[in-house]
Amino acid sequence: MAGRAATTSVLNNSKFRAILYQLIMASLLIYLGWSIAENTIANMEARDIRAGFGFLDETAGFSIMMSLVPYEPGDTYGRVFLVGLLNTLLVAGIGVVFATMVGFLVGIMRLSQNWVVSRLATIYVEIFRNVPLLLQILFWYTAVLKPLPGPRQVFERNTEIYFGISNRGITVPEFIFLENFSFTTWTALLGILFTIGIHRWAKQRQATTGEQFPVFFAGLGLTIGLPILVFLLSGAPVEFTPAKMGRFNLAGGITIIPEFLAVLLSLVLYTASFIAEIVRAGIQAVNYGQTEASRALGLRNGTTLKLVIIPQALRIIIPPMTSQYLNLTKNTSLAAAIAYPDLVATFAGTALNQNGQALETLAITMTVYLSLSLLTSALMNWFNSRVKLVER
Amino acid sequence: MSNPRSVFFVRKEFISARQAPASTIGVLGWIRNNLFSTPFNSLLTVALGGLGVWLIWGALDWLIFNAVWAGGNEACKVNPEGACWTFISTRFDQFVYGFYEKPERWRVDLILLVLFTGIFWSGWERAPARKWVGGFMLIPFPLIAWVVLYGGIFGLPVVETSQWGGFTLTLVVSLIGIIVSLPLGILLALGRRSKMPIIHSTCLFFIEFWRGVPLITVLFMAAYVLPLFFPAGLNFDQLLRALIGFALFAAAYMAEVVRGGLQSLNKGQYEAADSLGLSYWKSMRLIILPQALKAVIPGIVNTFIGLFKDTTLVLIIGLLDLLGMVHAAIADPNWSIRSVPTTGYAFVAITFFIFCYGMSRYSRFVEEKLNTGHKR
Repeated sequence: MAGRAATTSVLNNSKFRAILYQLIMASLLIYLGWSIAENTIANMEARDIRAGFGFLDETAGFSIMMSLVPYEPGDTYGRVFLVGLLNTLLVAGIGVVFATMVGFLVGIMRLSQNWVVSRLATIYVEIFRNVPLLLQILFWYTAVLKPLPGPRQVFERNTEIYFGISNRGITVPEFIFLENFSFTTWTALLGILFTIGIHRWAKQRQATTGEQFPVFFAGLGLTIGLPILVFLLSGAPVEFTPAKMGRFNLAGGITIIPEFLAVLLSLVLYTASFIAEIVRAGIQAVNYGQTEASRALGLRNGTTLKLVIIPQALRIIIPPMTSQYLNLTKNTSLAAAIAYPDLVATFAGTALNQNGQALETLAITMTVYLSLSLLTSALMNWFNSRVKLVER
Repeated sequence: MSNPRSVFFVRKEFISARQAPASTIGVLGWIRNNLFSTPFNSLLTVALGGLGVWLIWGALDWLIFNAVWAGGNEACKVNPEGACWTFISTRFDQFVYGFYEKPERWRVDLILLVLFTGIFWSGWERAPARKWVGGFMLIPFPLIAWVVLYGGIFGLPVVETSQWGGFTLTLVVSLIGIIVSLPLGILLALGRRSKMPIIHSTCLFFIEFWRGVPLITVLFMAAYVLPLFFPAGLNFDQLLRALIGFALFAAAYMAEVVRGGLQSLNKGQYEAADSLGLSYWKSMRLIILPQALKAVIPGIVNTFIGLFKDTTLVLIIGLLDLLGMVHAAIADPNWSIRSVPTTGYAFVAITFFIFCYGMSRYSRFVEEKLNTGHKR
């Protein structure tokens, strides 16, 4: 045996070969990285491009049409980054919520017994899924929202506007919360806490005695009904200041810019068509025997759906849903095409063109999206591990 | 005691089966069961049916019945309440060829003809020599197409890539993305499943990086930063740089699809290949990959569809693909008519819809053919 081992070439030893391959791979990578670094430094010197992150403290000098935090043209590039990031997060956050709602609705509609309902849902899904998102954004912006008449044609002078649509976007009154509003906030928070408590208690009681408790309606009353009551009792402490049409322009109020509306609308409709398919596939993947079994137990249709089908379908739905949320977040970057001031349009667009530090700017932008992706998938993995099947 | 008054009656023949009630069969029964089974259902049918008819009728009216089909921009100014198809027909050549020189456009036509023939040939199941045609379309054809389109040899004049545009550019970007991404994606997927830590982590990092960033930032990177990476003097044109970015991006997505296929295979397949004494590459080529790829054909086609739609993003770095061309043409002041933007976008939308829907139907068809499980 010892003789055999000696005659075998060392090249046929799998451990040796693994080390060899990896050495080759590693040296290739190091060479690639080194040559890229060297070329980049040489090229940047030749083209007189600065390096480093010092530009973040310099004055940006351009204005941004929408920002959630105070911003002036005199602020720094670092501030521009913050404004862009917040705008991206705003549209992504609202988009995820609405896309989920529309997607679930359409997905369930596709499974409806009613021919008209399921057919309409199918048409919706097929159209919105098969048309590029960028095209949808451009369509809503250039063909629908921008050609709307301007405020001077829509609103009469010196009128107060409670709800109006023009090519400036949607105009609504500004809300100012007075001091007494804190009662409502505290009631709502307490209501949420109580609902969680009741939910736990009801679950335990059902497990021990089998009796059910209407948690949903109790929760609805505690989290929405009670705060409304407190709100009215404390004297409705909210002030509306509607927008006013001046001589040429709108003053006051809140105007939701058409860029935001176009991006949100297209992201929601596009992503919802994918979510609808995921929901449909997830519900259909639950074995029909489960429905039959729960009917045999005498459960009603709604109860079957709630207690038997959805909990099992969720396990199938959640992983692909995660990637849809990620896609939506990344797709907010298409907003740059219509100059919605998101991270890409402001920071990797206008700011990059001004300071010319493409490498640093794009590295920061990509890192932001990467961390957003990792964060979302970590959250969804945590949620997934909570609902997944416990196998023995 | 028997009762003399009782009459016993025994029927000798069967009564023929009666028809089911008229309300449960036929068109009427179907309508009743599917559309008006409960009051709520009836309400839904009426409300959504009305909405659907209104939408579809409105769309057809706008797109076809009330549309302007000929007569230049004057005709569209007269009738702004319908699609302005004459805008499309006036600029149709530009939308297909971009700024490709007129006398050389036969080259594009030739390539498009070969491309679509090849796709249908290799997609049609009973076509002869299907595999050979498919192989030709995958490897030699893109190279030949690039040479024919670019020119420079065989006496063909050079057409710079900056002149490429329109639907031709859309096809070039998507096909290069698709064709490069498949082999690269397979390699990455195999690398990610490798047990060698350096190879595994390199592939893992590569895949997660490209999947984690939006395509726009990748294209920006390709446009602004990529030239810095190469030694001075070595310069790629804008299109080639975008193609590199797009292909790497596509490969990462493809790798994840292929990995799904590799994971779905039974471990016994790997062990069987090993026990036959096959080398790693032989066992992958002969045993593992044929099964794994077959299992994920729908996923691969879905990735293709996604990539095809994503090609529109090149307009953001200034390449005029079909959408970019139409978007630029809309801004023409001669055509500043209310119906023109919608018509332009509708034209692009219909084009993309035909291709994407076609691909998704094909993948559904393949999926059903390969599905051997139980269905209800």
